[in-house]
Amino acid sequence: MSASKQQFLDNPLGTKTTLEDVLDAFEFLDDWEDRYAYIIDLGKQLPGFPDDERVEENYVHGCQSQVWLIHHHDADSGKLFLLIDSDAMIVRGLAAIILVALNGKPARDLLATDIDELFEQLDLFRHISPTRGNGLRAMVGKIRDIAAADAAA
Amino acid sequence: MSDLSVANNTVTKAFDVEAIRRDFPILSQEINGKPLVYLDNGASAQKPQVVLDAMDSYYCEMHSNVHRGAHTLGDRATAAFEGAREVVRGFLNAPSTQEIIWTRGTTEAINLVANGLAPRLKAGDEILVSHMEHHANIVPWQMLAERTGAKVVPVQVTPEGELDLDSFNSLLTERTRILAITHVSNVLGTVNPIAPLIEQAKKRGVITLIDGAQAVPHFKPDVQALDCDFYVFSAHKLFGPTGIGVLYGRSQLLEEMPPYQGGGEMIERVSFERTTWNVLPYKFEAGTPAIAEAVGLAAAINYMDGLDRKAMEAAENALLVRANELVETVPGMEVIGTAKHKVPVMSFKIAGLHPSDIGTLLDQQGIAIRTGHHCAMPLMDFYGVPGTARASFAFYNTLEEVEKLFTGLQKIQRLFT
Repeated sequence: MSASKQQFLDNPLGTKTTLEDVLDAFEFLDDWEDRYAYIIDLGKQLPGFPDDERVEENYVHGCQSQVWLIHHHDADSGKLFLLIDSDAMIVRGLAAIILVALNGKPARDLLATDIDELFEQLDLFRHISPTRGNGLRAMVGKIRDIAAADAAA
Repeated sequence: MSDLSVANNTVTKAFDVEAIRRDFPILSQEINGKPLVYLDNGASAQKPQVVLDAMDSYYCEMHSNVHRGAHTLGDRATAAFEGAREVVRGFLNAPSTQEIIWTRGTTEAINLVANGLAPRLKAGDEILVSHMEHHANIVPWQMLAERTGAKVVPVQVTPEGELDLDSFNSLLTERTRILAITHVSNVLGTVNPIAPLIEQAKKRGVITLIDGAQAVPHFKPDVQALDCDFYVFSAHKLFGPTGIGVLYGRSQLLEEMPPYQGGGEMIERVSFERTTWNVLPYKFEAGTPAIAEAVGLAAAINYMDGLDRKAMEAAENALLVRANELVETVPGMEVIGTAKHKVPVMSFKIAGLHPSDIGTLLDQQGIAIRTGHHCAMPLMDFYGVPGTARASFAFYNTLEEVEKLFTGLQKIQRLFT
């Protein structure tokens, strides 16, 4: 069964869990263990991903881990909703941060969001920098492509 | 345990690892606020100061192009460059420097041989490799097979990560033309019993190539004792510079093989009617070579020769023994590759954790390992894993660093529970 509209709307990341929540939480995390425990917890908030969407066109290349990404344009609100899945916990957590920043926004707002700056601010930039082959950059690129196509439509 | 600590004390006396570490400037830095624990030596090893100095003084005092012979600097550069070739010859115990070809690395060396052997192959011939090969010792042969109609046939490995000798015996047939096999597995650390394999191959007139990339950092191969036709390795895994590697080849085969690339240096005489090739080894060295890198590699080999080899091997083995002892302190950890004869390399997985999670969280603790498929996808498929985490040790690693790895893994596991 492919993803229903409701599954997209139910994704708490970027809706119930906001960017402010994440920024506030990071303020209080001093050492790497707490920071990554929090990132791992965020990753657990990624909603389930429909098995039949694990197809080539939804696969994000350039990852050591497997990453899948699908989207839904909500005609009622004009917003773009995203679902991401990965088999690696840290990648799930970092994807959750990306979703908190980008999910459930109009495409135009999404395109105006600077993910690099956010990751700099969270001291996670190394994970998204082009030198890391973990695919996060490819993931963000794919989301921006989707948003650009959506904004142009 | 008490026996081990006695053994360790003996090792420490014979092999002063702290003094050795001071020879490697990179090892004293901090990563993410923690002292660097470098356990990714299988991917590339660090360089002692003498290697850096040798390359520096080459550029400061004698750099010029080689084999041009018109001036003093050229003579100095040529002497240093050819001197380096002699050092490599000695390292491999090759009969002649004519048989030592500089390449960019192991990968280029294998490609050179695969290209050169093409005229010998025809449809139906077989190239025997193993299931534990690095892609560099699979893909060039597949490309050769595509050109010639030959077939690449993999020898199976056992679940423990040893070469399956029954499989080898049944696959080495009258159709086999080439045996291309790794001396040491980059993923598993297994040391393959290549001498008897070469002997059997030779009886059938099969040409043998040994991928020594992962072997040379740990022990010295003797190509005459092994009696292989080709032996290849990269400098950067042997504590030397990147960008240079070595192909040892039996002169009779090298003579018969066509050049790999055309250009300067590799020719004797060029005319539009007819161009003739230079003599060995220059026939295979088109263009200006990596001169400083050759000098750097020679310095690395000389440095290694200054170490007590026996003590070094004992110290390395003590690292592996300690690592094996500590596996049980990390619940769900499973070692992939438990061959009897191993270099200090430990591939592993931890239940519930992706290798990339392990790599990222060890990096936070200043510990560098490799994660992923290690350019050995057929072996990953064999073990049914998308990848592994791999700690690969060198003689400059300490028992304390092994312990830090396991403390680090325990911390990671706590984060996930």
